[in-house]
Amino acid sequence: MTSGASTDVVVIGSGFGGAIPAYHLAAGGARVVVLERGPWLSSEEFDHDFKLGSSYTRIFDFTVGDGMSVLGGNCVGGGSVVYFATMPRAPRFVFERQGSIGRRMWPAAITRDTLDPWYDRVCEALPITMQSWDKVPYAGGLFAAACAHAGRTANPVPSAVDVDKCTNCNWMMAGCRFDAKRSLLLNYLPAALAHGAEIRPLHEVQHLSRTDDGGYRVHYRVVDGEDYRILHDSGTIDAKIVIVAAGAGATPVILQRSEPTLGTMPSAVGRYFSGNGERLNTAVFDDDRVREVLGLSRPDGRGYDANQIGRGPTVATWDKLDPDLPEYERYSLEQLFFPLGLGTILAQVPDAQGPSWFGLAKKDMLRRWQSWLTLFTMSEDDNEGVFGPPPATGNADRISQQMLGRGPLRYRPTANTLRGWAAADADARDILERDGLARVMPWTNDVVGAYTVHPLSSCRIGDDPATSALDDRHELRQHPGIFVTDGSAVPGALTVNPALTIAALAERAVPGIVRAAQERGVPVTYHGSLPEGTATAVPQVVPG
Amino acid sequence: MQPETPEEQQARVLTLEAFADTIIPGTKRSADDRAIAGVSPDGGAVESGALALMEDPAGGVSLMLGTLSEALNAHATRYAEANGLTLDPAVPPFVGLAFDHRTALLSHLLAPDNPEKEMWVGLALFSNMAYDSAAHMNTRDALAAGHPGLLAIGITRPDDDGLWRFPEYSYGRPLSRPHPHTTPTGSPA
Ligand SMILES: Cc1cc2nc3c(=O)[nH]c(=O)nc-3n(C[C@H](O)[C@H](O)[C@H](O)COP(=O)(O)OP(=O)(O)OC[C@H]3O[C@@H](n4cnc5c(N)ncnc54)[C@H](O)[C@@H]3O)c2cc1C
Repeated sequence: MTSGASTDVVVIGSGFGGAIPAYHLAAGGARVVVLERGPWLSSEEFDHDFKLGSSYTRIFDFTVGDGMSVLGGNCVGGGSVVYFATMPRAPRFVFERQGSIGRRMWPAAITRDTLDPWYDRVCEALPITMQSWDKVPYAGGLFAAACAHAGRTANPVPSAVDVDKCTNCNWMMAGCRFDAKRSLLLNYLPAALAHGAEIRPLHEVQHLSRTDDGGYRVHYRVVDGEDYRILHDSGTIDAKIVIVAAGAGATPVILQRSEPTLGTMPSAVGRYFSGNGERLNTAVFDDDRVREVLGLSRPDGRGYDANQIGRGPTVATWDKLDPDLPEYERYSLEQLFFPLGLGTILAQVPDAQGPSWFGLAKKDMLRRWQSWLTLFTMSEDDNEGVFGPPPATGNADRISQQMLGRGPLRYRPTANTLRGWAAADADARDILERDGLARVMPWTNDVVGAYTVHPLSSCRIGDDPATSALDDRHELRQHPGIFVTDGSAVPGALTVNPALTIAALAERAVPGIVRAAQERGVPVTYHGSLPEGTATAVPQVVPG
Repeated sequence: MQPETPEEQQARVLTLEAFADTIIPGTKRSADDRAIAGVSPDGGAVESGALALMEDPAGGVSLMLGTLSEALNAHATRYAEANGLTLDPAVPPFVGLAFDHRTALLSHLLAPDNPEKEMWVGLALFSNMAYDSAAHMNTRDALAAGHPGLLAIGITRPDDDGLWRFPEYSYGRPLSRPHPHTTPTGSPA
């Protein structure tokens, strides 16, 4: 056991919610230590390989819960290293949602208008650009053409991929080997390091306790670099400010485990979890129909047959992001790439006579894998996830050496959520099965429950202490000096990919955290700068 | 714990192979192959390395394989009794079931309301992964060695440096009208 270390600020987790405050606080003069559970990989270590133990399993965390499984990043850079870098802003109506509490669930201080300047900053820092049709890979093009054929609209999505560097290898979930994807390893984290922040990989925080001077002690275990089931030394670091940003599947677990030492947590810690209303459909296309009906063909004459080619979601249809539709019936549909191993098992055979996700018919469907197109629904769920008692360490009982674990999350979709999913499934079918283009079926929930790569809201901001664990400055109620800035703080589903909103909220939270640090005697100022080499045209936001 | 006898080991391997073959069926390796039911004309999960993947300590199920195989055979015995089937005593009970019966039994064990579901899902996941991603091997080696699953799925070979690149990737033209309420930076309004 090592102890006695102390610093000004400890940041737990190095994804969007962790990296952004780590950078600003270090740039402002605070001593910052980032503790990250996963390993720290560089671009040459991002493998094109499915073998257990390659980056594809090292940098992931897949936690199976009761009714909901969560896939997230597990490395320095967090979800930004494994994400698809699709970065739209949340539509305006999202901030007006009432959800399960029956009144506006976002804090009064936050609307799309007040968040837009913070969105602007992240777009500049990563940077994020609107993609052009001539660079949209085949799968996105196919989805767009199917949408047009069905009388719908479709958009190339804003993205943090530098398309000039991208090779369309579709290995971005294993980390981008070509530095085309702007993860936090390319901007906020190196900038934080340049300002003296320290990043400690393979440090898993277990719980927090108080120090005599009104600060906090962060208790961690060192994780084995190869077999994450093995935990080595324990240690502590004291800090005046703690920023918990371990992701929406882990942050509430750390706080729940800290109750015996910190005292009672707000009741919203570990409640109101949202899977961003996610659902996936798999379409199997008929290549002849792709050519005949949509008039599409590749240089070699094939219509599509290109599931392997590309770079994650590039095209979405936003027709159902209509503010006039009732709540729970609004969603976006986005073309997505899902690689082998992780997701194929959940694809169901259209109109299966026997078992739908395994067996002979499934094997036949796998033979047509290059003709698959995966469609992603992001809808308005009901924040129905609840975390049970925390496991002994981390946020899951680990099963595999890496990646696979079993966690305490329980999720039972309500009728509202199911209604949104059903509407989106029907829509997907209407667009993709039209004129015999494809056959489509949703992923089965029978195997590992519903499934999300966008965990949110397990420790959310809000104005009402009964339904929000954090105030609108992201400070944990009853525990001043602890801030939560990751996806757990987002009040509800966003109907689009969440990373940009998580990042914008983290940017917005920083000035308040700086003030709290100053009040605790930390010599830090808020400069409002962006990571070096990126900030050019964006005006500085003056904290209001 | 007593070490496994060669007979017990053989029974375990046959049983687990029969399980994997029910998830992704393959062709028999020889005329007297009992584990693989032989309902498909080309290699399935077993030939793809399902046993190697299950036995890989990295996966986290390797220590449970003996227990799982015994439990599966106990279920198979009960299933046979309930359905009036006579099992061949020369092979473990699950291996003795015909493919349709294996499928029916696994459909029951893997069903959401079965309290044991989780352990069978784990085994199914590994059976599937052996076929569709050869997770016990380097992908490049698996392709070079003619891995049946990766080849059937149609994964292309990487460039000489082991990395994939697709210089041709786009239809190269607008294929739909964008949503009218799109901001200048390309987001929903
Ligand atoms: C395959 C995939 C594709 C995605 N694609 C997109 C996309 O295209 N667009 C989009 O907007 N979003 C996408 N996402 C989601 C996006 O990655 C997340 O929304 C985002 O990363 C969440 O940020 P966060 O800060 O909340 O948490 P994370 O980025 O998950 O960071 C949390 C970090 O905390 C670490 N941690 C956990 N527990 C502990 C502990 N006890 N101690 C120390 N550290 C700990 C984790 O290892 C992790 O690095 C994708 C996610 C996945 C998995």
